[in-house]
Amino acid sequence: MQRLQTILPAAIILVLGIWVAFISFTQEPAAAYIFPRLFSAAFVGLACIGAITALLGKSSSEQGISLIDLRNMLPGVIVACIYVFWGAKFFGFYTGTTLAVFAMLTLYDPAPHTSAMTWIKRIVITACFMAVMYGLFALILNVYTPREIFA
Amino acid sequence: MDFLNYFGEVFSLWSFLILLGGTIIGLILGATPGLSPTMAVALAIPFTFQMDAVNGLILLGALYTSTVAGGAVSAILLKIPGAPANIATTLDGNAMAKKGEGKKALQLSFLASLVGGVLGVLLLIFATPVLAKWTLAFKSSESFWIAIVGITIIGTLGSKSVVKGLLAGCIGMWIGTIGFDDIQGAQRFIFHPSLSGGVHIIPALIGLFAIPQIIDMFLKGRSRDDMEVIKVAPHPITKAVKEVARRTRALGIGTAVGSIIGIIPGVGGQIAGLVAYDQSRNFSAEREKFGTGHSEGIIAAESANNAMVGPSLVPLLTLSIPGSPTAAVLLGGLIINGIFPGPGIFKTDPHVVWPFINSMLIGQILMCIFGLLIAGWAAQIARVPRHVMAPMVLALAVFGSYSVQLSMDHVYIMLIIGAGMFVLERYGFSAAPLVLGLILGPIAEEHFVTGAAIAQAQDGIIPFFFTGTLNLCLIAIVVASITYSVWMEIRNRKVRG
Repeated sequence: MQRLQTILPAAIILVLGIWVAFISFTQEPAAAYIFPRLFSAAFVGLACIGAITALLGKSSSEQGISLIDLRNMLPGVIVACIYVFWGAKFFGFYTGTTLAVFAMLTLYDPAPHTSAMTWIKRIVITACFMAVMYGLFALILNVYTPREIFA
Repeated sequence: MDFLNYFGEVFSLWSFLILLGGTIIGLILGATPGLSPTMAVALAIPFTFQMDAVNGLILLGALYTSTVAGGAVSAILLKIPGAPANIATTLDGNAMAKKGEGKKALQLSFLASLVGGVLGVLLLIFATPVLAKWTLAFKSSESFWIAIVGITIIGTLGSKSVVKGLLAGCIGMWIGTIGFDDIQGAQRFIFHPSLSGGVHIIPALIGLFAIPQIIDMFLKGRSRDDMEVIKVAPHPITKAVKEVARRTRALGIGTAVGSIIGIIPGVGGQIAGLVAYDQSRNFSAEREKFGTGHSEGIIAAESANNAMVGPSLVPLLTLSIPGSPTAAVLLGGLIINGIFPGPGIFKTDPHVVWPFINSMLIGQILMCIFGLLIAGWAAQIARVPRHVMAPMVLALAVFGSYSVQLSMDHVYIMLIIGAGMFVLERYGFSAAPLVLGLILGPIAEEHFVTGAAIAQAQDGIIPFFFTGTLNLCLIAIVVASITYSVWMEIRNRKVRG
């Protein structure tokens, strides 16, 4: 498992390097790819060294991503992805952000979910934060954000 | 003495208010564990779009200055460095706070930061124009090699692994080439319509620095932050001033070490505090007191990490090579605001560059004043829990990326690049060389293509890029930095057994 943690990323980087080099050396017009050819050659060379080091087991041991890490981060990452790729546009930025912030607060707050005070605290934090965001982006900076269902 | 002509602009109402606001916000962000100066500056860049270039840069400069100093608060009171630059401050700062002298430790740290910071900015003021005049003579081949020096130095010296550092630089250069080629107009690496306009630097910077931190906060799950918070007892400021004035040796060593390390491209502030702390202990008559809450330890560490801020901008403003990861993000901020660092910057944009540098000088004083004011309740600032911080930073990152060009594509790119960077970081890659590749890659390409066109009309590419004293010196620096880093890596592995 530990070995796989070093070999897999090295292999992915190598594949990426080969793909960048392949495109750089085969696409036209060639003049537009002079610089990509230059760095992609270095990219592949370095990625090969990285892959060989990982295969020989001489790669420095890094944190990697364990199953516990995955279990802890997945709920937050899923909420973040739903928010960014769907919620922000579907609900509008402010509603989407309110829901996402509240969901993440609830998911990661160590306080017990059974306490009414905990829920009130979460609602107050979310409301205060959104008021600051609205003041900052809508009123001061005049950034027009999607309002979608409220448009 | 050109800088004196531009002091008035810093004191115009809006500029001063922005400087003041940036300093206070920077102190708060710096005091919050998990919010690094680099991330604070990256998140602030979208706000600068609504301002003119001078005010935008004043905001970024104020944040850079004050987040580094603010990091001492959590280092002293919670034993958690607010930024990597504050690691050395925890050694004596937290020990002093545990003895009931938390306020004294905070006062010493802000006063030492002021002295180091002011002297560092003065070095920036006087050294930069001299270096800029010298670098005016650079041709496109030399400019190309300087960009490569920037990428390799940060890639090698700033990373644990040379190969991974250089690979991150290559990935950054690849991301920088996505989109339309400026010269031929050809589409390159556009494998999704969202990428047709290329990868905008601001969403990329926000993603690279903010998203990995957010996911890191998620990683701890629903665990409680068990931070031991130290109560801050009163301590008169006059005593702290006298103490700092008495410790001139620690102050001198800290300032000198910070300035020298700051001016070396790529080394960054992380090690300035630690090196200054170590040297101060070596030269101290009270060596045995270090680590037990000794004032010299705090003064040396904090004067060093703030003295590094000004000089880290010297190679940035003259050669486009940042002295630290935060300076690399600042380079992005300068480019976005239409300021292209290089030898001619003091001739083309003195009205922007000098107020920016002057504001950093005034910002150091404001940072000290407000730092001393917040010292009493600073611990409360530093206690914002992870589960509150993570969603707020994510929302700021989303709004910030969107506001660049009012495009959701930027938000998607920000999240994808950030998630990719998180995975890379877990496997030993760091964001700094990737950012350098992203920013300096297009600059290197422009000079390479221009140089290649000139070379074809002359003796050919090889003589153009590989002959001449300066070209050979720069190539030697690239080779030397890689060789030195490889040697250090092998030596460290042998030491670890």
